Amino acid sequence: MRVQHVPSVLLATVPAGLLLCAWEAYVRVAGVDRVFLPAPTQVLKVTWDSAGLLATHARLTLLEATLGLLLAFVAGCALGAMVGLSPLLRRSVYPLLVVSQTIPMIALAPLLVLWFGFGILPKLLVVALVCFFPLAVSMADGLASAEPDALRLLRSMGASPTQLFFKVRLPGALPYLFSGAKIAVTYAVIGAVFGEWVGAYEGLGILMQTAKNSYRTDIVFAAILVTSLLSVGLFGLVSILERVMLPWHVRGSGTAMDQSPRIQPIIGGRRRAPGDRREIVENV
Amino acid sequence: MASVRGVARASQTPPTEGGVSVRGLSKTYALSGQPLPVLQEITFDVQPGEFVSFVGPSGSGKSTLLNILAGLEEPDRGVVTAGGSARRLGGVAYMPQRDVLLPWRSALENAILGLEVKGVPRHESRQWARELFAVAGLGGFEDSLPSVLSGGMRQRVAFLRTVLTPGSVMLLDEPFGALDALTRSEMHEWLLGLWEHGDVMYNVSTTVVLVTHDVEEALLLSDRVYVLSPRPGRIRLVHEVSLPRPRTPALTTTEEFVRSKAALLAAVRGEGA
Ligand SMILES: Nc1ncnc2c1ncn2[C@@H]1O[C@H](COP(=O)(O)OP(=O)(O)OP(=O)(O)O)[C@@H](O)[C@H]1O
Ligand SMILES: [Mg+2]
Repeated sequence: MRVQHVPSVLLATVPAGLLLCAWEAYVRVAGVDRVFLPAPTQVLKVTWDSAGLLATHARLTLLEATLGLLLAFVAGCALGAMVGLSPLLRRSVYPLLVVSQTIPMIALAPLLVLWFGFGILPKLLVVALVCFFPLAVSMADGLASAEPDALRLLRSMGASPTQLFFKVRLPGALPYLFSGAKIAVTYAVIGAVFGEWVGAYEGLGILMQTAKNSYRTDIVFAAILVTSLLSVGLFGLVSILERVMLPWHVRGSGTAMDQSPRIQPIIGGRRRAPGDRREIVENV
Repeated sequence: MASVRGVARASQTPPTEGGVSVRGLSKTYALSGQPLPVLQEITFDVQPGEFVSFVGPSGSGKSTLLNILAGLEEPDRGVVTAGGSARRLGGVAYMPQRDVLLPWRSALENAILGLEVKGVPRHESRQWARELFAVAGLGGFEDSLPSVLSGGMRQRVAFLRTVLTPGSVMLLDEPFGALDALTRSEMHEWLLGLWEHGDVMYNVSTTVVLVTHDVEEALLLSDRVYVLSPRPGRIRLVHEVSLPRPRTPALTTTEEFVRSKAALLAAVRGEGA
């Protein structure tokens, strides 16, 4: 059976399953103290037993992550559009955006709590600060890489700058924006957890900290599990949204204009250069 | 009889609405710092409702000329008007050499792009486009994405988009280059039919400037054929086509057609110019 024919769900679970089995076996055989390292089954059990507690905390974390993402989306798209459309802003503001990402969050987050208290606002800001960057960059690059021939065609039809934006630039930027959004959502939940870790009344971050301080390592792991599940869930949502909104942008097949930001499929062991049709023919 | 005369002299008739007028056009690009003259001293007129073609070797500046006529670029020297105006953008229906279909739009949505830009109501333009799809042998592919269409089908969609784009001058850059001989012949007949009957629903009743490699295509469709020299492109020959209209593919075997074709081919090759 060729590797291509195995369902990817199965392929993804095999190494993960092996890893978990090894972990379980090690904890049981070596008799590791559960305070030091709980076995996967113990983590599952405590997750089940404290589902209510986890859910209460997860609800707030998810809310913070979602609101923070929303904030990041608005700010990221606006900044990305400005930078993507104006060569002047690209040269003046873009470096600032890059520098903003070099500020260590570990130093900034406590300051945000100091300034804005233990409420939800500093968490939103942490999430937004972490997530806006991939959105802004993907939006800017997507808008800037609009097909010149398509822009010329529409100009010859007498299209206004607004029409050029909505009929060519924005639709062409959406695949880029979705790539950025997928990176952003995987940061969002971690960002919220980190914001809580620094100081909060409720949320998975503060739960992890209190559990750790009371030597409930199993609950720490349960909280990690929930954090991962939330991130994977958000990622899945964005992927579904992408499929629904961009049916023309089929994964792996390359786009008609060969301006896809996606990683091109590797055919015959070699990476396909955009537009290199000859190689495809040879290898099919 | 086909009349073959030398390089065009400036016509006395002033350009009128719908026509094209080019006076002393020159265009030079820069290629890695070196000036690259592409077009030199191009002068010609196309009267409203006339159909003219440009043939010439690859690189002689044919696409550059259409880009300038479309208003996408300005010449370094010379005066260009199309549709009676020096501002050409929005007044011409331009079909670029590459089909440039937007990958996120269905074939039909691509075809109505020009109407959409002009603010024509969607249901109306979709209605027109649907009729044309059937005629152009694209029936059933209205809702297909460009990525699933063949090269020839994509080219026909791009052609329909041009036919549907409002404008008094149609600029066609090798519109049928990707088609097989049979489909191409069908498209010729269809274009001639629309154009000769002056179908006002589409702008085929108007002035057409066609660029092609195919001398037969140029002769069959045009009132006049211009032959460009290799780069830098100059008008090497103007050939008035006196074949009777309405024209049919059957004309290609007539003595007059064969003689004109030989003369044009000789000019393209640079003999006896
Ligand atoms: N934007 C540009 N910048 C620099 N050089 C250009 C540009 N556009 C065209 N050229 C050059 O001008 C010359 C003429 O190009 P053009 O596309 O007009 O030729 P053509 O007659 O349409 O050729 P073909 O029949 O192959 O389509 C070519 O040598 C090309 O390299
Ligand atoms: Mg060309």
